[in-house]
Amino acid sequence: MNKIIRLLPLVLFIALAFVLYRGLSLDPQSLPSALIGNKVPAFQLPQLSDETKIVTEKDLQGNIILLNVWGTWCVYCKYEHPYLLDIAKSKRVALYGLDYKDIRKDAKAWLSQYQDPYIFSIFDELGKLGIELGVTAAPETFVIDHNGIIRMKHVGPIDADVWQQKLLPMIVMLESEQKGG
Amino acid sequence: MVIQNSRNNLVVFFSRTVLSCTALSFSLISLLVISLLTINQAAASPVDTYQFSDEVTKKRYQALVKELRCPKCQNQNLADSNSPIAADLRREVYELLQQGKADIEIVDFMVKRYGEFVLYRPRVSSLTYVLWFGPATLLFVGVLVVVFILRRKREVKQTQTLSQAQQDKLNSILNGKLHENANETADAITQNINKNK
Repeated sequence: MNKIIRLLPLVLFIALAFVLYRGLSLDPQSLPSALIGNKVPAFQLPQLSDETKIVTEKDLQGNIILLNVWGTWCVYCKYEHPYLLDIAKSKRVALYGLDYKDIRKDAKAWLSQYQDPYIFSIFDELGKLGIELGVTAAPETFVIDHNGIIRMKHVGPIDADVWQQKLLPMIVMLESEQKGG
Repeated sequence: MVIQNSRNNLVVFFSRTVLSCTALSFSLISLLVISLLTINQAAASPVDTYQFSDEVTKKRYQALVKELRCPKCQNQNLADSNSPIAADLRREVYELLQQGKADIEIVDFMVKRYGEFVLYRPRVSSLTYVLWFGPATLLFVGVLVVVFILRRKREVKQTQTLSQAQQDKLNSILNGKLHENANETADAITQNINKNK
């Protein structure tokens, strides 16, 4: 009994050191999205290409949907753009854009200059849908399943590594889910 | 002599100029620093021009933007942050207030979209039990440990009392020795005093 009590501070110290050491390797910037497992929030916004065309959450159609938040003011969006073009070409997912807090003229010019990977882009000038989606900045990408449920949120640009290690496993899982059910 | 004098004058003149120049540059630098500081202060807290119909709503707005954390620029609240998302969220808080939403509804709105992270005062849930009750539990455990140690010390004292026979023996030893010792010391002291005289 006495020995156990004597060893207690050491045990507590080791436990605390272990917890704190683990904390060192955690990324405080990576926050779990509050929307995972929820439906895509309802919205009514114009398309980027045509301001008279109003789209809603029902217009996001496909077995697996990628909703990519972008803007011409966002540096990393330029970086991920070629990868988005590749993803769009693969036809494995339905890629939609959310042009977040942008200027319509600039965004249109950007898409004609760098090619348009999106089926369409929603034009969210004031960032209202962005707030509904819990977007903090661009680029961010949501993976949405065929029931319109948000399954994953990726903060930061997509590149070959992110695609291979994070998005593709999720997409494979969703594909097998759909085959099974 | 005249030359010497003028030379001295020159030296005096130069040293004075140098002195006044340094003084001037010092004052200029301090002015610059002060102005930079004030500019920074002006830029540090963003200014919105929201109009409130009454003082209570204004106070509620100010309390909410202080209480809610900016999801992008961590360790800043919405009131302090200059980031675009913080500005948007301040506008959202303002609009929700204008719609007549209660404080709790506005906080729920933010938590639903940005998660518990946006709360500077996290809610009591199974995830935050350690946070809320950890310190009190530790204090309680500490008090228990202290009480335990004190009690054990008292027990040790009680068990280590001498038996009557031992006590008598000890007393006799102490009494005899003490008297002898006292006499010896007294003799030694008087001898010493006499020597010094």
